Amino acid sequence: MTRYAYYPGCTLEGTAREYDASTRVACAEMGVELVELQGWTCCGASSGHATDYWLSLALPARNLRLVEEQGFDAVVAPCAMCYARFRHTVHDLRDPEARARVNALLDAPVRGEVKVHSLVDLFFQEEQLAALREKAQRKIDGLKLVAYYGCLLVRPPEILSPDDPEYPTMLDRIIQAAGATLVDWPMKTECCGGSLALSRTDIALELTRKLLEDAVRRGANGIVTACPMCHSNLDTRQGQINRHYGTDLHLPIFYFTQVVGLATGHGVKELLLDRHLTDPRPLLAEAGIS
Amino acid sequence: MELDVLKLALKERLFAEQVHQRMQVDVRACYQCGRCTAGCPVAYAMDAGPHQIMRGIQLEQRDWVFGRNTYWICASCVTCSTRCPCEVDVARVMDGLRELALEEGIRPSEQTVKVFHQTFLQLVRLTGRMYEPGLVGLYNLRSGQLLASADLGLPMLTHGKVNLLPKRFPGRGEVDRIFARVATQEGRR
Amino acid sequence: MARVGVFICHCGSNIAATVDVARVAEEVGKLDHVAYATHYMYMCSTPGQELIQQEIREFNLDRVVVAACSPRMHERTFRRATSRGGLNPYLMEQANIREHDSWVHTEIPVATDKAIEIIRMAVAKAVGLAPLEASQVGITKRCLVIGGGVAGIQAALDVAEAGYEVVIVEREPSIGGHMAQLDKTFPTLDCSACILTPRMVEAAQHPKIKLYTYSEVVEVKGYVGNFQVTVRRKARYVDEKVCTGCGTCWNICPLRPREQEDGTVKGGIPSRFEAYVGKRAAIYVPFAQAVPLVPVIDTEHCTWFVKSGKCGLCAQKCPTKAVDYTQSEEIVTEPFGAIVVANGFDLFDATVLGEYGYGRYPDVITGLELERLMNASGPTHGHVLRPSDRQPPRTIVLVSCVGSRDEKAGRPYCSAICCMYLAKHAIMMKEHDPEVEVYNFYMDIRAGGKDYDEFTRRAIEQYGAHYLRGRVSQVYERDGKLVVEGVDTLIGRPVEIEADLVVLATGVTAAEGARELFQTLNISYNQYEFINEAHPKLQPVETNSDGIFLAGCTAGPKDIPATVAQASAAAAKVAGLLSKDSLVADPMVAEVNERECVACNLCVTVCPYKAIEMTRTRRGKAVARVNPSLCKGCGLCVNACRGGAINLKGFTDQQLVGQVAALFAEPLVEIEEPSNV
Repeated sequence: MTRYAYYPGCTLEGTAREYDASTRVACAEMGVELVELQGWTCCGASSGHATDYWLSLALPARNLRLVEEQGFDAVVAPCAMCYARFRHTVHDLRDPEARARVNALLDAPVRGEVKVHSLVDLFFQEEQLAALREKAQRKIDGLKLVAYYGCLLVRPPEILSPDDPEYPTMLDRIIQAAGATLVDWPMKTECCGGSLALSRTDIALELTRKLLEDAVRRGANGIVTACPMCHSNLDTRQGQINRHYGTDLHLPIFYFTQVVGLATGHGVKELLLDRHLTDPRPLLAEAGIS
Repeated sequence: MELDVLKLALKERLFAEQVHQRMQVDVRACYQCGRCTAGCPVAYAMDAGPHQIMRGIQLEQRDWVFGRNTYWICASCVTCSTRCPCEVDVARVMDGLRELALEEGIRPSEQTVKVFHQTFLQLVRLTGRMYEPGLVGLYNLRSGQLLASADLGLPMLTHGKVNLLPKRFPGRGEVDRIFARVATQEGRR
Repeated sequence: MARVGVFICHCGSNIAATVDVARVAEEVGKLDHVAYATHYMYMCSTPGQELIQQEIREFNLDRVVVAACSPRMHERTFRRATSRGGLNPYLMEQANIREHDSWVHTEIPVATDKAIEIIRMAVAKAVGLAPLEASQVGITKRCLVIGGGVAGIQAALDVAEAGYEVVIVEREPSIGGHMAQLDKTFPTLDCSACILTPRMVEAAQHPKIKLYTYSEVVEVKGYVGNFQVTVRRKARYVDEKVCTGCGTCWNICPLRPREQEDGTVKGGIPSRFEAYVGKRAAIYVPFAQAVPLVPVIDTEHCTWFVKSGKCGLCAQKCPTKAVDYTQSEEIVTEPFGAIVVANGFDLFDATVLGEYGYGRYPDVITGLELERLMNASGPTHGHVLRPSDRQPPRTIVLVSCVGSRDEKAGRPYCSAICCMYLAKHAIMMKEHDPEVEVYNFYMDIRAGGKDYDEFTRRAIEQYGAHYLRGRVSQVYERDGKLVVEGVDTLIGRPVEIEADLVVLATGVTAAEGARELFQTLNISYNQYEFINEAHPKLQPVETNSDGIFLAGCTAGPKDIPATVAQASAAAAKVAGLLSKDSLVADPMVAEVNERECVACNLCVTVCPYKAIEMTRTRRGKAVARVNPSLCKGCGLCVNACRGGAINLKGFTDQQLVGQVAALFAEPLVEIEEPSNV
């Protein structure tokens, strides 16, 4: 069993608890041991880097130090925002002057050599995909899904993942390995407006609507995501979009870990699929997934 | 007026140098191709495209730049920096402009964005983590949009997506100290 | 005691303003070995040179020191003057008191004292100089042209007309290069093949030109005037001597493309000449006007080769029995006196820039692919049709600078031809169908040639193409259209266009295999694998290797007029070289003292020009020997030799040590510490 420090991030305790639940289920299936980091605090998310550079490094750096102190050499962050912030921090801390300055802001210094993984990283290597294909015994091909990466898993490419920032395929491969029907679309990395969800809701609605409409246009009956903010926008605001634009969108939004969980035989309640605002249960029933 | 004659005397490039120092971006590298604006998903809501902000810095038009809503509307999607053929980190410039504007007390053209970020960070400082209902509640109050997203409140509650009560988490102490130290760093007010 | 004459130049005020030349002449005149010292306004002028000649005779001088500019400027001038004065030209030493002194100092006392020291060193060196004789080498009066595109063809024709034998080695089955693939050429809109094919035929029929097509240069040995080049002549599996180009074979090949009634094509192999948007058979000529009109067999697809002897239809049906599956490649080695490198260019691979969707969306194509679609002999018979559904496009978007002027893509340079060819495309699209909408996203318009700017204005003013200043961020597909997300920076707004066809102006890159070819030739190239010219401004068609010249895009992107001009220029250089009966080799080369040499081989390994070989003396002793024709006098071997067995003539250890010793001898004058230098 491979063992990682687990950094859930603030939303996984709240509005994205489905992601947390399904992550634990999926990781157990894949033989990945997650040990929650003790005493973890907020990474600063977008408000950190949007207003204060050194704060935006110090808040994640504190958590990286905890990872070091608690004896792990790698940490997994399911939330794409937390993942991105950690990666930026590790990258910028390579400069000794920056590291000294950040360490002066913390109670104790960080070395910054920890490896940071997104949750997607743990599932898409050929070995894991092969294992998933084997374990995915339940028929879920009635789910026609597009893979939505959003911004923070792939940009900027030098700091984040090795996947192609213009046409990434990691999530696509996971969806296929799980046995769902993959639908191609050009909006894989288009922004949903997550950081403006509260402050300029109109913009978030506009961007989110474009994504939902394109997924429907391509013949998808669901969207797969790996970011809690994207999920929140896509899942919770369909009502608002319908009212504002006169559309009739009801597209279930899945965390990829929920798809993995469904494929490996886990239930709706276990994966918290009944918590979504856009109810996926009618689709699941239709697709013969009980 | 919009097309007031620019009286240019660019012997000193204080604004450009400040951007270079703080954001590690040399605006001279930008040859104004406009690709950042072309790919910006929220440009439609801006009063000046990101490439025009870069031009504003190149021409030392500090007041004009800070008066635009561009850097407030920026959604930090980083498409601009990823596609820039000159490898200019435009997204970082936007972050840096926000930081400078807040430091210098410049009134943002998008108050709600400022209120959102400040509220978020205050809650993090208070509890160590994000307290979502608090965020929405406080934000609504401060931005004067009392009922914003109210239609989501009940469904969120009934779907068990919110923790009603805030908690204080271990580690909160260090977070508070981090904030304090950041505020008293050299060169900060 | 030597009798050295020292001539100090004022160089106008270049030297004299900072160096007190009169005083220098006075002090230097007091040195041992100096029999005469003077100063003059311009030593390089005719009277200046005559002064040298005169005073050599007058004062019976046996060595000359000219204290002036850098030897890179006038060493040759002063050597000639010395020679005309009756001395061996290599008994002249030039002391640089300009670039090394007056141009880098401002205080007169400092500069003057330094000049005296520099000249003292030069006198010591001059005393140690020995007369040198330049040797002569013979010249093979044949020229090799590598590459049969328009550059190679033009160069070959000019050299042949000058009366010398030429061999063109071309990698493809036919000469013609990229120009043969074009439809029309800017700014005249001449049909490209129409202006090129007459030259191609002339080259084929010229009595002094030999064509080795479907061939590659494998090895180059030797030096200017005396190259030995090995060429691999790949097997065509068709006998060139009996083939008549009748076309029976490629018209019956079962793998040939077959056009259906609805215009689609069944079968066929993607053709490189057709930029892979058109197809060909397994036995093929690349295009109808190919020179030579002799097909080749593609053994990776031909059934005979892939399925061990099945099919064989072409051999059966060939009226002259020219098809020969047993043909083997031929390796030939031939002597040449000069080489012209004209291996052309390739285009940037746009799949690297995923945001444009090239490779994912069939209707996103390159400029070259559009040329083939526009061409009447191309895969769509000159009707521009969308690759996806073969429908004519109503809205066409042209995108500039794809893989050019792009730091991120590792190609910061401008490709020089794209602005012009996009204007051409705009005009041609409108000529084909005035109702189409054409948009061109540009950054700047580079149209510096004759009639070029007017041409681009025609595209806008006469033909109504819409030029939008800004770069495209992304292209994606929606409802069967290509959505182009761009910007117009002039009006300051993002722009979205729903296009039927998107044409990418992909950047000019080095030809495939360029690096290997240049390494075979031992010539210098830059980080983009374009050849480094000997001097970018003053020697644009020469390389740093004597006898190897260049023409065309092999040294960087350029248009056809510039290419043709370079080809003729290179030919002139070749003719100049080959017109000599022999070549004078620079005598300042390394020489091995065979008594001292222990054959350790170090010098052989460090020589960048492969000028040293291990050999045996007549007595059988293993020694290193320098080929004076290849040696460039760089001195690396002198440095490497641990036993001091190699010396560089004109820069021997003894001469150099003498110079250094002269520097550290008792100073002639007290040097005051300057307040600021």
